[in-house]
Amino acid sequence: MSDSLAPAAEPLARPLVQAPRGWHQASALIRRVWTFCIVEIQKLSHDPIELGTRAIQPALWMLIFGQTFSRLRAIPTGQVSYLAFLAPGIVAQSALFISIFYGIMIIWDRDAGILSKLMVTPSPRAALIAGKAFSAGVRAVSQVVVIVIIALLMGVAINLNPFKLLGVVVATVLGAAFFSCLSMIIAGIVRVRDRLMGIGQAITMPLFFASNALYPIDIMPAWLRVISRINPLSYQVDALRGLMVGTPANLLLDFAVLVVAAALGIWGAAVALERLVR
Amino acid sequence: MTPEELSVPAIECERLTHRYGDLIAVDDLNLRIERGEMFGLLGPNGAGKTTTIRVVNTLVPVQEGRIRVFGMDVMRRAMDVRSNLGYVPQQLSVEGALTGRQNVMWFARLYDVPRRERRERVAEALATMGLSDVADRLVSTYSGGMVRRLELAQALVNYPSLLILDEPTIGLDPMARDSVWEHVSALRTRLGMTVLLTTHYMEEADTLCDRVGLMHHGRLQAVGSPDELKARLGPEASLEDVFRHYAGADLSGNVTEQGGLRNVRQSRSGR
Repeated sequence: MSDSLAPAAEPLARPLVQAPRGWHQASALIRRVWTFCIVEIQKLSHDPIELGTRAIQPALWMLIFGQTFSRLRAIPTGQVSYLAFLAPGIVAQSALFISIFYGIMIIWDRDAGILSKLMVTPSPRAALIAGKAFSAGVRAVSQVVVIVIIALLMGVAINLNPFKLLGVVVATVLGAAFFSCLSMIIAGIVRVRDRLMGIGQAITMPLFFASNALYPIDIMPAWLRVISRINPLSYQVDALRGLMVGTPANLLLDFAVLVVAAALGIWGAAVALERLVR
Repeated sequence: MTPEELSVPAIECERLTHRYGDLIAVDDLNLRIERGEMFGLLGPNGAGKTTTIRVVNTLVPVQEGRIRVFGMDVMRRAMDVRSNLGYVPQQLSVEGALTGRQNVMWFARLYDVPRRERRERVAEALATMGLSDVADRLVSTYSGGMVRRLELAQALVNYPSLLILDEPTIGLDPMARDSVWEHVSALRTRLGMTVLLTTHYMEEADTLCDRVGLMHHGRLQAVGSPDELKARLGPEASLEDVFRHYAGADLSGNVTEQGGLRNVRQSRSGR
C-alpha cells in the first residue's frame, strides 16, 4: 500500500532526526533558553516605547513618594537617607510589577496558539519557562538603569563599582525570574485570563508591602515580620540595598534564597505549563 | 534508512480514547497512516479531529491506547517524535511583535538547524512560501493568508518528516486558501513528507488527499481514498454525500438521525 502512495523515492530516504541525547541534552537546554531569550529581546527592541512607559511609575515613586517621606523623617533607615534606602526597594518593586504580568502573557500565548506550537518543538518545558523568566529579568534590568539614573540625579550616592552593579543585575534577574514563575504557576492553576488579572492585582501589593522595600523589617508588627521573612522580595531588596547603597546585608543568604526560589519557580511553572494547554 | 524502517507507518493509533471530564472526544480510534501519504481527517466541529491531532503531536498525553509516530511511542519518545514534526495549529499563531524572518529563525533555532545553514534555510523557507519581500516587516502588518504561509514556513524550516495541519485554511478567503494548498502540495511533492490535516471543506479534501478519514462523535466512520468512498455510494456521489451516509450527519454537525453536536473547545480552554 505504501509503495503506490509514496511519491518521490529519494526524499523519503531522509533519515529521522533524533533529539539530543546524554550530555548533549544539557547543551541543548542552554541553547533553547538562549533562543527564548533572543526572541524576547527582539520583541523588546521592536517596542522601545514599552520600556519607556514602564519607567514612569518607578520615577513617580522616587520623585513623589521618596521626596515626601524623606521630609517626614519617620522611618529609621540607619546611616543612609530615606531616598537611598528607597531606591533599591523601587528597583525590586518594578521588577515585581513587570514579572507578575507574565502569567497573563503566557495565557495570552496559549489562547493565541503560540504555546501549543512551542510545546511540540523539541524544547524542554523548563527551557521555555526559563526563557520567559529571563525576559522578565531583561525588562526589569532596564528599570534598574532608569532608577539608578534618577537616584543619582536626586543626589543619592549609588555605588557604581562594576562588580556591585553586576550583582545588582543578577539579583534583579533572579527576583524577576521567581515572580514571573510564580505568576505563571498561578496561571496554570486558574487557566483563564480574567481570573488571573484579579489574583495578580490581589497579590502584588501584599507582596510589596510585606517586604522591606519601603521600611525596615524591624519596625513591622511581629506577624508581618514573619511574612516578610518568607517573602523572597525581602531578600532581593536586602541584596540590592547592600550592593547599591552599602547598607549591611547578608549577601550570601540573599543570593542563596533567590537562586533556590528561581529554580523552584522554573520547575513549578514548567509543571503548570502542562496543565495550561490541556 | 533501512527498508524495515521505511515500511514503518508514519502514524499508528491503536484504540485511542480521550476524555475531557465526562465527554468522550475520541472514542476507540484505530488509524494507520503510511509514509508519504497526505491524509485528511474530516468532520464537523466537535468530531474529535483536533483532539486526535493534539495527542498525535505529543501536546496532550495519551490517556488510553497507543500512538506511534514513525514507530516511536509518543509517550516514551516525545522529544524524538517532536524533532521530526512540523505543526500548524488552528489559530493564526505567530509572534506579531517580530518580523517574519525572526519568527522563522526562532523555529530554526528550536529545531537545532545547524548554525551555518540557518540563515539560508530560513531564507529558503520564506521564499518557498512567497514571503521574501515582506520577510523583514513586522508580522502584525501581515494579512491572514500571509500569516498562514509564514506558519507553514516555520513548520517547514526543520524539513519535518511529518507535517500536521489543523484546519489550515479556516478563516481564509478563497484566494488565500488556494494559495496555501498550492504551497502545501508543491512542498509535499518536493520533500515527500507525510501530511496529516484536518478540514471541514470537503472539496479541498477531495482534490488534495490520498486518503481521508471521516470522523464523527469521536469515532472514525469510514476510511479510504476519496474516489473509493464516493464509488461505494454511486457515480454521482460527492464526499459530502459520503459523509452524510456514514456519519448520519451533515458537515455542519446537524445530525440527521441521532445524537447531538458536542463542543469540547470550551472545556479545553478551561472555562
